[in-house]
Amino acid sequence: MGEELKLFGVWGSPFSRRVELALRLKGIPYDYMEEDLSNKSPSLLKYNPIHKKIPVLLHGGKPVVESLVILEYIEETWEGNHAILPKDPYERAMARFWARFLDDKCMPAMWMSCWTEGDAQQNFMKESKENLSILEGELKGKKFFGGNAIGLVDIAALFIAHWAGVLQEVAGISLVNEEKHPILFKWIEEFISSDIVVECLPARERLLAFFQAKKETMLATKAPAQ
Amino acid sequence: MMASLAPPSNPSRNLVTNPRTKAPFQIAKTHPISDLLLPFRSIHTQLKLSTGTTSEKRLTTAQAVSERVEEGTTMAQGGENVKLLGAWASPFVIRTRIALNLKGVDYEFLEEVFGVKSELLLESNPVYKKIPVLIHDGKPVCESMIIVQYIDEVWATKAPAILPADPYDRALHRFWAYYVDDKLFPSVSAISRAQTEEAKAEAMEQVFAGLKLLEEAFQKCSKGKGFFGGDTIGYVDIALGCILAWLKATENMTGIKFFDEAKTPLLAQWVERFCANDAVRGVMPETDKMVEFAKMLQAKFKAAASAK
Repeated sequence: MGEELKLFGVWGSPFSRRVELALRLKGIPYDYMEEDLSNKSPSLLKYNPIHKKIPVLLHGGKPVVESLVILEYIEETWEGNHAILPKDPYERAMARFWARFLDDKCMPAMWMSCWTEGDAQQNFMKESKENLSILEGELKGKKFFGGNAIGLVDIAALFIAHWAGVLQEVAGISLVNEEKHPILFKWIEEFISSDIVVECLPARERLLAFFQAKKETMLATKAPAQ
Repeated sequence: MMASLAPPSNPSRNLVTNPRTKAPFQIAKTHPISDLLLPFRSIHTQLKLSTGTTSEKRLTTAQAVSERVEEGTTMAQGGENVKLLGAWASPFVIRTRIALNLKGVDYEFLEEVFGVKSELLLESNPVYKKIPVLIHDGKPVCESMIIVQYIDEVWATKAPAILPADPYDRALHRFWAYYVDDKLFPSVSAISRAQTEEAKAEAMEQVFAGLKLLEEAFQKCSKGKGFFGGDTIGYVDIALGCILAWLKATENMTGIKFFDEAKTPLLAQWVERFCANDAVRGVMPETDKMVEFAKMLQAKFKAAASAK
């Protein structure tokens, strides 16, 4: 595959980091273009005119968008190394199900837990904890969601392995902790012990500083109490 | 009249394994419906509709399609104990039925009725508690487009292929299916939920904008043929086409014309072609039935909204 491969992403985005992880696991070289979301490049707008979002994978001049779509594209195009989806149709359906569960339920609830207050926050936290328990049930007895090797669901769950911890700290709440989610905690340890994964993660300190700044801006723009 | 399936003469045929305990449990004779349509997720009402005709139609369609399949091939595809938990009006359920029909797979349709979610549904889909759920040899698969992909992969040797062969084309199809689910369908729901004329007009604009994009997508994906999937119904056809009965009912009730020959000529023709297809005809609800259903839901929604 000598065709040009380019990834448009953002350093702090778990979605573009997912794609990087898949490419690195498969040993596929690629060019990386860092986007400034406050000033989107003409290329980004050209290749993703509908959603105008990252990540965008450009392969031989043809764009693929939506991170889960990109992950399946990578799997199907570079079949040889490190399969991220199992062969069995039922297992594949399960992997797709859990990846969507992460995107549709887990991540939004966890994200909102960190940026809301009061009753709203309590509800999001409750929902997050339930979702995490469900995930734990899926992980039981396995080293990774993908079995013995990192798979689609592990890649999709990158947010939980790295971003969740940072956001919890910024928000001053606990979502994933060793006592309540021992299996998930063990998975996180296993996952981020992999060199390839570590290479893909944004520096924790940088992420922490970024979200702390964001929180300060949010608090500063809030109307003072009457 | 509640939908019901007469228990088969051999009761063990009706046993499904509880996915958690692995113990078999009996399927109830009648099955309450849970969520039906995306726009009306919050409504739980006893709905008494005659669905017997639809079930019979389903058998006829599936039988007609499976007659074209070589004898023995169906059995060779792994057990063939295929059940689908669903409801006649749900576009998400319709998606999975079209896929099964395309592949000529014989299945047992277990109709849920509005109101209470059946034990089987709660056990098979504990995360979302929603239909459709495909139960294949006792193992449940959830989420409509995931089920469609599963059907395509399990019965891969049966034509037609639902997803194309080329990875880039597959990515396009997956992208547009996501677009339909994440953008288009919520806009359609917004029309029904709109409380003011302005809100309604805005929602309609979004739907028309979405359909315009899908017209371009059709041009790209169909490559001059009759469906997004080319010569045969494919992934995007299924993702989008399932909502057509609902849209036709809405057109009937509001006078809005969603598929204008002048604005989206390719899609306008595709609509008729899709609805006339053998795999679709028996499972696409008739417009007057959908209108009746929509009116009932609208009344309930209004009552619920004014009660707040």
